[in-house]
Amino acid sequence: MDEVKAKIVLEDGTVFNGVSFGAPGERCGEVVFNTSMAGYQEILTDPSYKGQIVTMTYPLIGNYGVNDEDVESRKPFVEGFVVKECSRIASNWRSRKGLGEYLRENDIMGIQGIDTRALTRHIRLRGAMKAVISTEDLDDESLARKAQASPGLVGRDLVKEVTYGEPFEWSKEGKHRVTVLDCGVKFNILRLLAGHGCCVTVVPAHTTAEEILGGKPDGVLLSNGPGDPQGVPYVAETVKKLLGKVPIFGICLGHQMLGLAMGGKTYKLKFGHHGGNQPVKDLKTGRILITVQNHGFCVDMDTLDRNEIEQTHVNLNDNTLEGYRHKKLPVFSVQFHPEYAPGPHDAEYLFREFVNMMEVSRA
Amino acid sequence: MPKRDDIRKILIIGSGPIVIGQACEFDYSGTQACKALREEGFEIVLLNSNPATIMTDPGTADVTYIEPVTPSMLEKIIKKERPDALLPTLGGQTGLNTAMKAFEAGVLDKYGVKMIGADHETITKAEDRKYFKKAMEKIGMDLPRSALAYNMKEAAEALEKIGLPLIIRPSFTLGGTGGGIVNMPGEFEKIASLGLKNSMISEILIEESVYGWKEYELEVMRDRKDNVVIVCSIENFDPMGIHTGDSITVAPAQTLTDREYQKMRDAAIAIIREIGVETGGSNIQFAVNPADGRMVVIEMNPRVSRSSALASKATGFPIAKIAAKLAVGYTLDEIRNDITKETPASFEPTIDYCVVKIPRFTFEKFPEARDVLGISMKSVGETMAIGRTFKEALQKGLRGLEIGHRGLDNKRDYSTIPEEKIRLRLSEPNASRIFYIKYALQKGYSAEDIVALTGMDPWFIDNIRDIVEFESRIEEAGRKGLKDLPSEILRKAKEYGFSDAQIAELTGSDELSVRECRKGLGIEATFKLVDTCAAEFEAYTPYYYSTYETEDETRISKKKKIMILGGGPNRIGQGIEFDYCCCHASFALKELGYETIMVNSNPETVSTDYDTSDKLYFEPLTFEDVMNIIDREKPDGVIVQFGGQTPLNLADMLEKAGAPIIGTSVESIRRAENRDEFAKVLKKLEINQPDNGSAMSKEEALEIAGSIGYPVLVRPSFVLGGRAMRIVYDEGFLGEFIKEAQEASPEHPILIDKFLEDAVEVDVDAISDGEMTVIGGIMEHIEEAGVHSGDSACVLPPHTLSDDIIDTIRKHTCAISKELKVKGLLNIQFAVKKDVVYVLEVNPRASRTVPFVSKATGVPLAGIAARVMSGKKLPELGLTEEKRVKHISVKESVLPFSRFSGVDILLGPEMKSTGEVMGIDTSFALAFYKSQLAAGEDLPLEGKIFISVKNDDKRNIVFIAKKLHDMGFEIMSTKGTHKVLSSNNIDAEPVGKISEGDTRILDLIKKDELKLIINTPSGPRGQSDMKPIRNLAVMRGVPCITTIQGAQAAVNGIEAAIKGELEVKSLQEYLAG
Repeated sequence: MDEVKAKIVLEDGTVFNGVSFGAPGERCGEVVFNTSMAGYQEILTDPSYKGQIVTMTYPLIGNYGVNDEDVESRKPFVEGFVVKECSRIASNWRSRKGLGEYLRENDIMGIQGIDTRALTRHIRLRGAMKAVISTEDLDDESLARKAQASPGLVGRDLVKEVTYGEPFEWSKEGKHRVTVLDCGVKFNILRLLAGHGCCVTVVPAHTTAEEILGGKPDGVLLSNGPGDPQGVPYVAETVKKLLGKVPIFGICLGHQMLGLAMGGKTYKLKFGHHGGNQPVKDLKTGRILITVQNHGFCVDMDTLDRNEIEQTHVNLNDNTLEGYRHKKLPVFSVQFHPEYAPGPHDAEYLFREFVNMMEVSRA
Repeated sequence: MPKRDDIRKILIIGSGPIVIGQACEFDYSGTQACKALREEGFEIVLLNSNPATIMTDPGTADVTYIEPVTPSMLEKIIKKERPDALLPTLGGQTGLNTAMKAFEAGVLDKYGVKMIGADHETITKAEDRKYFKKAMEKIGMDLPRSALAYNMKEAAEALEKIGLPLIIRPSFTLGGTGGGIVNMPGEFEKIASLGLKNSMISEILIEESVYGWKEYELEVMRDRKDNVVIVCSIENFDPMGIHTGDSITVAPAQTLTDREYQKMRDAAIAIIREIGVETGGSNIQFAVNPADGRMVVIEMNPRVSRSSALASKATGFPIAKIAAKLAVGYTLDEIRNDITKETPASFEPTIDYCVVKIPRFTFEKFPEARDVLGISMKSVGETMAIGRTFKEALQKGLRGLEIGHRGLDNKRDYSTIPEEKIRLRLSEPNASRIFYIKYALQKGYSAEDIVALTGMDPWFIDNIRDIVEFESRIEEAGRKGLKDLPSEILRKAKEYGFSDAQIAELTGSDELSVRECRKGLGIEATFKLVDTCAAEFEAYTPYYYSTYETEDETRISKKKKIMILGGGPNRIGQGIEFDYCCCHASFALKELGYETIMVNSNPETVSTDYDTSDKLYFEPLTFEDVMNIIDREKPDGVIVQFGGQTPLNLADMLEKAGAPIIGTSVESIRRAENRDEFAKVLKKLEINQPDNGSAMSKEEALEIAGSIGYPVLVRPSFVLGGRAMRIVYDEGFLGEFIKEAQEASPEHPILIDKFLEDAVEVDVDAISDGEMTVIGGIMEHIEEAGVHSGDSACVLPPHTLSDDIIDTIRKHTCAISKELKVKGLLNIQFAVKKDVVYVLEVNPRASRTVPFVSKATGVPLAGIAARVMSGKKLPELGLTEEKRVKHISVKESVLPFSRFSGVDILLGPEMKSTGEVMGIDTSFALAFYKSQLAAGEDLPLEGKIFISVKNDDKRNIVFIAKKLHDMGFEIMSTKGTHKVLSSNNIDAEPVGKISEGDTRILDLIKKDELKLIINTPSGPRGQSDMKPIRNLAVMRGVPCITTIQGAQAAVNGIEAAIKGELEVKSLQEYLAG
């Protein structure tokens, strides 16, 4: 098979030459790196990656193919997928197809043969960057200009591009009625809620507080999602109105929404946290959790009222805020992904805490 | 939680001698632990019998006992030192078992010593199959299904329940006889009934066979607050059924989805909690059915292991060091990640490269043993390679193995290999299977065929197929020569890990031309960091590997720097001793202010610890890989004389390529190694050498041997470690040997030396600065000449040589050193016969005995040698004369015969030992006794012994037997020996030959009633009648002495041990005088 040349060019003009293994075309997005060594299928289908080109730091990707179960949403959302080497074959008893085939079917660009470590180091040193990935235009300067002109993430509403248009029920049975405000929810959040005895309804991001409360939920889960929290002020407004009315559990973007709703501010991290090995300390128990993370923005704890809000989790690598709870209201959230997929299960206990919180609130 | 303040003094047990399955990884882990704990202010007491380790250096622990690692010695040390705690998890299985026995004997309780890291209950739960199974069932883990059966009816029920394939293991049999794998229904009844019959208690274990399943290992760490992290996952290239030490392994896991991996991670965490390893590291093995993903737990090691050393080197996460800190109370988040400095150790390393470990075998040393692999480990070393892809790492690893392959290359013509052989070599696990996969692909086997035959994962096979396919592309594109090879192909070849030598072979060129050509095209190796975090954080520790990528991360300093070339994978003849020397060179040069650069590919070693040298390059020791580093670093000096033969073999090519080799010149090395030139050197110095010659043909050989006179020592030239060396007593055997030697090394001459029968061999280590030569140590061998110096026991200082002889040896050493202008270390082997001193061999490099001599005398020879090589003079360094010590040190070798069934245990000119121990005491007898005890030869103090010696020894045995008899031993002996004994009034029971039906000796060994065997073989092939006795003795652990000198020393030792209790004394006390 003839190799199709592909390039990825960053907004600062840095060029990486490779070979296409996905769909042809041209896409732009912010380049981020993910340090998980396995779980590419979950990463591809995580709606939080909307607007981003994902570089896998582990060089050998696609080894176990793509299966029917390990999906985190209805389709892959990444703008592009960058690897060192994509496996020619898929080897796993659950595999249904190869990664390249999957990307082509879903019109996702994939580029291999890249010095992904050099790309990662570049981002670490210079910060997250806009970029263009192309098989059509192979002119470095032209691509750099396109990268510079691309919209990037800041201030953009990417949630509307990933949220489901209509409400739907994920599971009908359960002791607790949970409404999930879908900003780009990962299926494993829904699976785990159901697994913890919740009857789960998913509503679109633009659903109003009144509509949500009208469903009389026992609790609301604010989901993860893509991009800049400040790009979706309407969600923060909704959350503000929910505060004090219903137990709330926020995850990732949901955590940031909660922060904004409680009067805090968010800021952009230099290159974000994307991977499955981030150590987080639960300040209540002193236990260390190896967590899954995927965020480029962070809530500034100093902008929140410490009389009302208590920090519950901290990142041990860079001491950034990883979780808080309201001191009076049944509200808590974490910046990382307790639903994992892909990654360690250490923080799954938070779902149980959410269920406990709903039980206490109801009583 | 800060460190514990209830303990102050900690006892650490080392793993003793290097044996198969327990190598220098425990020096690496033990040294790390000693350093880490002393850093925290603890006083460290160490017990280890292995002198070749860094951990037994007098500066590593506070108090160092080079004493046998046995429960009784441990008790003596505890009684004397009164430590607060014992850390049993760093000394391998030996350390663990010794600690357990001491606990069970009540010693720890008696002296109030706490076990830290893992306690008795935890270790029992992990190590005892029965308890382990119960614990796993309690937490709902899946294990291979099994059942016990006592009759055929129960067996049939078990078959019904478990299904095929299954394994039948009879309980209580000799050496696992009578078991087997049942694949077909028809085989079951036969194997089951045979098993029941073979079992002394008519019990068989019927177990589900997981052979052929995928095998994984996780390295887990836990702290006292119950935080658990997984440091590394390892996937075996070879499926279940082969000892993981003998498998090619890959990190991280390659073919598990995250869902499957996390299931394994959850299981590992649950297991370490249930078993109760309070703090530290454990290794947990799993098997996964490739057909449906079913995962079962295989076993757990509640301690650091070979795999944890590999995981540490593979990720940059120092498991042993962290385990030690956790054991004294720290939690993971309180320990810093040394590499990133800013982040804590409470995380899981992520890597952005692929690591391949390949075992190194030495079946060629044991021609009677087949190179078939199974559940008992056979490999003696390993190499680890890092690449950005599996293909690159695999090829780097294969050339790093130093078995003549330059990658996955074409050492033999696949087309001539018969079909059946390919199928057999694929289906039956063996040492060269990886190459047979290639041959099969070249013969047109499909990947599916190979997967079916080997049980390996298709992903691995496809990667190999990719290499093979690309190899033919290179060959095709380079058909018209290297010049026409497109640069994209050349670049991709390098990315796929092809060595310059492989490309040269494929394009009809030579290695140097390929190197020049690719450098001309700008295709140069780039170096990347091993940083625990896939570049997410800045890394401060310069630990590099090479690859062919776009970015190079080396940080080249302006400091003066010296590069030290290590020894590569351990093998018989080249092991930890050389790593010890490399480490010392690095430490010494660092002290002098040089930047030190270590190059090595052996993951078990201290030299490849990231903080041993200023910079570490984890690379194969080949010309190409070393030159790539030299190109980049431009060191001021390159040291080749510490890593054994491996770097020495590169010296010439490196120097020609412009590398600044320091120390003894390459020219001098050549003069010492080249026979003709060396003979001239000795002639000029008027030093004796046994008569010798070299022959290209059988006729020539017979003529030379005839003129020298039999017996002669013959060997092919250009082979290592006494490979294929033999003592030949007559023309018939010489002819046979020549045929063999010419097959082994066809173009090279056969070397023939007069064999000095009954001579005493002497080893000398010396050091010279180019002007002055100082003797490091003179060691007298205990066995007579003819036994390889690496296998012979030796004593320092010499105990039978006259002062005149010793003086002659000194003079010769100095003269040779001067003539060769030695700058650094020098080792000479002498033989003394009838008061004449002969030189057998000169090695102008570090020798195997350097660490032993350094321990015995307290003079750090390797460090001083490194300083000398950097330009210092001996007087400046305070070494102007030979150090004389009052104590006696004995080195004994440890042999791997019990691993290779059917191999005779007789010692000869070909080295076979894997390791060594040291016994120190005030008399030769006690020091020798300790050395035997340390080597696992439990010399008895009473009981039945068997003596059978050759005619030449009959006179000498009388005195020995008399002593044994007087000490109360019951002697049994063969007819000839018996006659001599009874005519000297020594009571002995006569025993007939086995071939005549007298199996009393075998029966006594089986019943553990025979305590010692003294059997010196007669004639060129030994007494064949005695071979079954010797073999059984090895398998049952009965000490078996095969030389009269050894017997003499043993009897003296036994006598001394009976007379007085053995005392322990620390190395620091001995060296203080």
